Amino acid sequence: MDAGILTQQAFNALTIGAMYALIALGYTMVYGIIELINFAHGDVFMVGSFVTLWLLSTLGVQGTINDPPTLVAMLVVMFAFAMTVMGLVGVVIERFAYRPLRNAPRLAPLITAIGVSFILQNIIQVTFSNSPVNVPRVIEAQAGATLQLPQFAVGSFQVTASPVTFSYTHIFIVVLALALMVALQLFVGRTRLGRAMRSTAIDREAAQLMGVDINTTIALTFFIGSALAGAAGVAWALNYGTTKFDIGFQTGLKSFTAAVLGGIGNTTGAALGSFLIAFVEVFSSQLGYSRWSEAVVFAILIIVLVFRPTGLLGQRLTERG
Amino acid sequence: MNVLPRLLLVWRSDSYLRQALGPVGAGFSTLGNRLAPVVVPMGKFSSRHQSTSVVVGMAIVTALLPFIVLIWPISGFGTQNDFIDGFAQAGVWVLLAVGLNVVVGLAGLLDLGYAAFFAIGAYTYAYGASPFSHNAVPFWPMLLVGAAAAATFGLLLGAPTLRLRGDYLAIVTLGFGEIVPVVFLNSDKYTNGTNGITALYQPSLPICGDFGFGNPMPYYIAVAVIIAIAMALLYRLQDSRLGRAWMAVREDELAAASMGINTVTTKLLAFAIGASTSGLAGVYLSSKLAIVSPSQFGFTVSFTVLAMVVLGGMGNIWGVAAGAFVVYEIQSQGLKQLNNFFQGAGIPPIHLGFINIDLTTINFLDYQYLLYGLALVGMMLLRPEGLFPSRRRRAELHDVDDSAAANQELVEA
Repeated sequence: MDAGILTQQAFNALTIGAMYALIALGYTMVYGIIELINFAHGDVFMVGSFVTLWLLSTLGVQGTINDPPTLVAMLVVMFAFAMTVMGLVGVVIERFAYRPLRNAPRLAPLITAIGVSFILQNIIQVTFSNSPVNVPRVIEAQAGATLQLPQFAVGSFQVTASPVTFSYTHIFIVVLALALMVALQLFVGRTRLGRAMRSTAIDREAAQLMGVDINTTIALTFFIGSALAGAAGVAWALNYGTTKFDIGFQTGLKSFTAAVLGGIGNTTGAALGSFLIAFVEVFSSQLGYSRWSEAVVFAILIIVLVFRPTGLLGQRLTERG
Repeated sequence: MNVLPRLLLVWRSDSYLRQALGPVGAGFSTLGNRLAPVVVPMGKFSSRHQSTSVVVGMAIVTALLPFIVLIWPISGFGTQNDFIDGFAQAGVWVLLAVGLNVVVGLAGLLDLGYAAFFAIGAYTYAYGASPFSHNAVPFWPMLLVGAAAAATFGLLLGAPTLRLRGDYLAIVTLGFGEIVPVVFLNSDKYTNGTNGITALYQPSLPICGDFGFGNPMPYYIAVAVIIAIAMALLYRLQDSRLGRAWMAVREDELAAASMGINTVTTKLLAFAIGASTSGLAGVYLSSKLAIVSPSQFGFTVSFTVLAMVVLGGMGNIWGVAAGAFVVYEIQSQGLKQLNNFFQGAGIPPIHLGFINIDLTTINFLDYQYLLYGLALVGMMLLRPEGLFPSRRRRAELHDVDDSAAANQELVEA
């Protein structure tokens, strides 16, 4: 057994989980407030990575930035830009595709969501490319802190340890995702707007009677959810240095699985579910079943929905059977 | 019901079109009224003898299509054989759409993994009749075997999941639709992995001549017959006790349950019947292409069929069939012809501020999914009942304000 490889893979899983979590939060928030599975959310994430690509090529950034102050400034600009743009895109989608159907049968907004997903994918496909495109990695990909774990033996059982690299990109993504999640928790839990969001989620009519502006609150939820997906898009570009017009579908579905696993409507659950899904994915590859990892994830989705639709941390089971 | 009288009835009853078209629409509705002595008895006949109408309607359409393509300007777009091959291919989508309509349109369950059953049907045929598997079961019984295999998987998936509420069901089916191609891809021993199974045996029937790549006519007739049978059966089902139960479950599950309908069995049957139609389409397609591979059955297939059902008019069997045919022909022929047209017309590039549009260089085929997307969103916002609505479905999909008018229409009907 190699403790080094295990640690390395756990850290990789943490990074992937952080990205899933950023996306899953958007699913869970939107579901919590208007009970809609926003099929277009994965594509919002995908567009986020392309917005970053566009920004970098417009600014003329070709590759790694080695000067620390410039790098920090560039990261701030990248995230601020992608999050704002995608937040606004989310608001526009809600305004034109979902709001008019708020009182329609439940099938209707699900179908428009699929339509929006098609539209976003096709726009990116024709404006950028059919095939994967490279995004300049502003943080040097190889750079990182290396750690040598001790090697030991228990009886005849040898535990070896290859060196573990904690790359700066991974550290940055994990820290950023955690910071955004904490900020979201504080916003939802401590501010007036957050209270409006929670009350709208519990009972829309009652919240309206109490003076909450429902339309603004729902638009705000879409803004925050889509901005987080935009941040995930930037993180994806930083991590993989490449993106493609169709990454949104599978990544989105995995993140949705994570949200369901954690308990849909529950933001902490979304984060927990995301890390679990990422661990399952990474370690099933590590065990040599990489071709099956997607099937495993979606099988988890089906099993959770069938046996425990409220998820691990699910709170309220909705009233409709 | 038969297509033609139904179309004319749509003109008469369609207040939307009448309003939108104004005086022109009024002209059309007078036309409708003038034709009423002919149309109404036809409508009555066709609703009383649905199977006969479907078979006769399909026979007429099947007989006419090969001649329509000989008329200019369509004749310039390809040879008659190309067109017939295209129609045979369109038949696959018509079957898929008619089957998905049972699940989405009649029973109101959103199935996003419909391609999985299509794949199961196709692989069943590949396993039954190919050199790879060393089996050579004839095509015709394999049709039933494929349908049965797909229905079995429909039941297996449906039994635990149909208790879930609508949007969870959508996600579960989506997950299933992703898993099935992965399983076919990775079970190399049984499915030959990425390469798929090739050189499937093609059907044979003494009277129809040879089924082969150069001779699409037998395929065309075969798929027309399969569609006619499937549609006739589905019309019978729709008006049966089960069909009414589907609609009751769709409209209000709780009310349906309290009226004594076993909602789980009802939904399960919708799922299984929808899946079996998809399985039929799978067997037919694999025999036509003589190859199956996992990449043919991705989620875009499921979503395309859904777009066809929504555009055609959820719940209306012939509307959905017509929708699928139209969408397929636009996708396979219309966009290509649009390219040729603009390339030939030599329209100079249009300058709109900083945007330059050069119609001659745009490949309209690239915009296929954009068009689907816009159509899905636009349809749901403006006309959720689809192009060829079923009356009941339309009454349901419209808000309270016009429900009185819709009820009135139902009474009139």
